[in-house]
Amino acid sequence: MANKMKKEAKVLGCGLLADGIYELWLETPFAKDVVPGQFVGVYPVNKATLLPRPISVCEVDTERSAIRLVYRVVGSGTAEFSLYRPDDYIMILGPLGNGFPLDKAKGKNVVVMGGGIGVPPLLETAKKLSGEKVSAVMGYRNSETFLSDEFKKYSDMYIATEDGSVGTKGNVIDAIKANDIKCDVIFACGPMPMLRAIKAYAQEIGAKAYLSLEERMACGVGACLGCITKTKEIDDHSRVHNARICTDGPVFDADDLEM
Amino acid sequence: MNTKVEIAGVEFKNPVMTASGTFGSGMEYSEFVDLNKLGAVVTKGVANVPWPGNPTPRVAEVYGGMLNAIGLQNPGIDVFIDRDLSFLSGYDTKVIVNVCGKTVEDYLEVVERLGDQKVDMLEINVSCPNVKEGAIAFGQNKDALYDITKRIKEKAKQPIIMKLSPNVTSIAEMAKAAEAAGADAISLINTITGMKIDIHKRQFALANKTGGMSGPAIKPVAVRMVYEAAHAVNIPIIGMGGIANAEDAIEFIMAGATAIAVGAMNFHDPYTTEKVVEGIEEYMKKYNVQDINEIRGIV
Repeated sequence: MANKMKKEAKVLGCGLLADGIYELWLETPFAKDVVPGQFVGVYPVNKATLLPRPISVCEVDTERSAIRLVYRVVGSGTAEFSLYRPDDYIMILGPLGNGFPLDKAKGKNVVVMGGGIGVPPLLETAKKLSGEKVSAVMGYRNSETFLSDEFKKYSDMYIATEDGSVGTKGNVIDAIKANDIKCDVIFACGPMPMLRAIKAYAQEIGAKAYLSLEERMACGVGACLGCITKTKEIDDHSRVHNARICTDGPVFDADDLEM
Repeated sequence: MNTKVEIAGVEFKNPVMTASGTFGSGMEYSEFVDLNKLGAVVTKGVANVPWPGNPTPRVAEVYGGMLNAIGLQNPGIDVFIDRDLSFLSGYDTKVIVNVCGKTVEDYLEVVERLGDQKVDMLEINVSCPNVKEGAIAFGQNKDALYDITKRIKEKAKQPIIMKLSPNVTSIAEMAKAAEAAGADAISLINTITGMKIDIHKRQFALANKTGGMSGPAIKPVAVRMVYEAAHAVNIPIIGMGGIANAEDAIEFIMAGATAIAVGAMNFHDPYTTEKVVEGIEEYMKKYNVQDINEIRGIV
């Protein structure tokens, strides 16, 4: 795995994708090393803030040595990021985490599933899976279905919305069932209730699910033990059934998790 | 120019250490920092058996710092010796092991197990605010602190550092109790107990409700306490609390610390420790300080 670094990245592009959802294209030397499902720590310049904000990589452009971050503004840190403009510089730490195990999808019917701000990391995942039979099932609150058109380039795209304004009314599982989507392997990212439902669905149909988790974290590199998740087996680090989301994850085999 | 400092007969190449719990056993940060350049690596607290720690969320950011309630998750002394001490033995830096426990017997078991290991000093954690048993229970009462210090000192093969809590009425009294019981050194401050409430979710930001506050916002409190402790005892002090750069480190040294430790700022910038080492040398050149020990307690 590539060495991690903390380094200034040049803003190449920015934009508003939906209500409260923004994007940043950042030029960074580690772009070529990023595996889909990995994330970076992004630092606000505000001196009152200490910790990097973990944000997943949505896309990689190796020609420009750039990564694309798509994030929701949830606090003062992400609000600051939304003000960055091309040619500004922003400090980032990365690449962090393990990423999705793309090799598990070889020759299989693979479904990438995202919910809300869990949608972005699946875009690069779908792109890197080209050659396989890929379906994308994305869940949104309403008709602000950010990134959905881009998934169409790499996959058969299905949408679920909570208010029923676009696609299937309901959640991603409802959309899978409604569209009778074939599914051997699932790569998913989203809120915990969605991930729990996906784990249960995968068990029900005998599919494998790999889930990307989120948790409050401090260091991002496996030292502080802030971002743990309960695991079935004893973990390598502390031998207490606590895997570190930042380094052992964020992607886990659903069968290994106690959720 | 001399940056070497000595504590209880152990010589450190410079006064820069890592604060326990913020640096693991150095493995994760060795990707960013040359551990050989540090005065010492102070490891995350280790108990006699593995501890699972607290539920999540375990960390929260606050203005100018953070709260943590990890709850001393650790792999226990067996794995620690096999894996972490083996790893550190490959580096030319001093090793200080932070020891935690629920009972005095727990502490003694770890201390005895470490007796024949390649460990330079022991730091006794009697100040973690995030566990229900042990730790801070020994660190908020001067008689309890005296007793545990004395019992550990009797068994320890290496010099012991008592890590003190700021959550006390008089840090000077606690420092004196540790010294009287035979502590070779003291380190301070551990985190300050704090709380954050998520007003949108109407719940505590941490699953543990309270957590230990660290980061630059606590630095003035830490400098004051190091100063008070330095005037109360004659044993060396390792100062810490919000150190972000060499200027902060020098403040602690001028307040009376022999060595200093970088804590939460490792999370902000994984290169902080090495930058502090370099910055101290630059300061010494700029102000023509021949020996770092010259400026200790100078205010």
